[in-house]
Amino acid sequence: MLTMQEIMETIKMVQEEHLDIRTITMGINLLDCADTNPQKACNKIYDKINRLAGDLVPVGEAIAREYGIPIVNKRISVTPISLVAGCSETGDYMAFARALDRAAAEVGVNFIGGFSALVHKGITCGDEKLINTIARALAETERVCASVNVSTTKAGINMDAVAMMGKVIKDAAALTADRDGLGCAKLVVFANVPEDNPFMAGAFHGIGEPEAVINVGVSGPGVVKKAVERATDHDIGTLAEIIKKTAFKVTRMGELVGRTAAARLGVPFGIVDLSLAPTPAVGDSVAEILEAMGLERCGTHGTTAALALLNDAVKKGGAMASSYVGGLSGAFIPVSEDAGMIRAVEEGALHIDKLEAMTCVCSVGLDMIAVPGETSAETISAIIADEVAIGMINQKTTAVRIIPAPGKQVGDYLEFGGLLGRAPVMAVHPFSSDRFIKRGGRIPAPVQSLSN
Amino acid sequence: MKYLDANEETGGNRIIITVIGPDRVGIIAGVTGILAENCINILDISQTIMQEFLVMVLIADIEKSKIDLLELKNRLGAKGGELGVRIDAQHEDAFNFMHRL
Repeated sequence: MLTMQEIMETIKMVQEEHLDIRTITMGINLLDCADTNPQKACNKIYDKINRLAGDLVPVGEAIAREYGIPIVNKRISVTPISLVAGCSETGDYMAFARALDRAAAEVGVNFIGGFSALVHKGITCGDEKLINTIARALAETERVCASVNVSTTKAGINMDAVAMMGKVIKDAAALTADRDGLGCAKLVVFANVPEDNPFMAGAFHGIGEPEAVINVGVSGPGVVKKAVERATDHDIGTLAEIIKKTAFKVTRMGELVGRTAAARLGVPFGIVDLSLAPTPAVGDSVAEILEAMGLERCGTHGTTAALALLNDAVKKGGAMASSYVGGLSGAFIPVSEDAGMIRAVEEGALHIDKLEAMTCVCSVGLDMIAVPGETSAETISAIIADEVAIGMINQKTTAVRIIPAPGKQVGDYLEFGGLLGRAPVMAVHPFSSDRFIKRGGRIPAPVQSLSN
Repeated sequence: MKYLDANEETGGNRIIITVIGPDRVGIIAGVTGILAENCINILDISQTIMQEFLVMVLIADIEKSKIDLLELKNRLGAKGGELGVRIDAQHEDAFNFMHRL
């Protein structure tokens, strides 16, 4: 029999500590929707998403109420559109973006991911058409999210793609200048991208995945923060134990929700993504966990070590709680979505270089970072190159979601609202990387032994 | 082929009702009245005072209930509004899954 303390602990986590399931994401294979006639392909895509995901939102809402745990987002990921649209006789993939947007609106999800291309070694004709459409797709649709994988540990870094993505990000910002560059918030550039990530904006349904699948992303920075705060006098080893136990409990809820949703929707359960995903709500912050460990401000010396401890303990606790773990699985450090990160930037404690160092020990990368609008495409490409190099060498996923804030300088703010939050514009280095980026070509795959 | 099913582990259809708020006359009567009306059997009740708030936990079986859990939640929530307390009902699995293996 459950004890009253256990029951109250669960209630408290939800009511006071922001415990929620961040997302239930249905992955849908669209390879069978390919057609030489693009209009036919788009119709098939629209119909298939409606058929498979029609019940996703009502089922998610019913589960949330029965178990008394909020499920913040219901979302869809699809096969990378560059693969689906490749055989269609068209040079413009906007029709595909619009079909995804309409389908997402019809089934009631706020984001659909998979306007994506995998170009870590080379770029096909279909990939190129897709990449050339991304900026417009993000500006002219509401719900579509795009991602491009430019590097893997096995293939190296495709520097031609890195150079292209710097320009795409600048274009996406320019085309959505009236909305503070919102298009860039829906675009992620990856190294070692996972095929089963449930989190936007980088979610897509990988080619090794089944016809349809349910993946779940848990959250819970607020719960971990409270647990760390209660452990004021404990040593680091004990702290790690406390975080593990907390992560276990958080992940169990994700496991329960994922299994239940999959059973009710009649599709296999894929994975639980063990990520600590912050929200702009006060108290639901990864930065505040690090500060609760004993750092005056996130970004100061010791931050990388504290984050490494946190990230590893979350994985250890979470891995025991779920039958299948996957996706990104690590602490997220998006600046605009984390009240503690925003404060650290405002107070001068946290800079882009420290964030880059932090991404070496956590998921996922330089996320939701605003830089001055005048930042060149080449500098953005160089920032991407640095970040994916960390992923490539360390055999981990890294990513960049960066917004060159139209018309804004250091000290200004971007205001997206909702889960995307608000981002203080951060300084970049003033020295040029142009010649390096303009060389093009590929960085060869790294040697895997000699691992220092 | 047998897949893992969340509901398989406990098998039952038990729910946990929690009442949190300032103590007053009629809270137990209000909650149990709704349960009795709808053929919901109470398996266990415990209560305590935490920081001057009443905390009451009821475990109930909704196997023969006339209404589903979502409707029950609505009615309990409305009753809580009348009584000035917060009343919620959740499937037992939410707690079992978190605290038991």
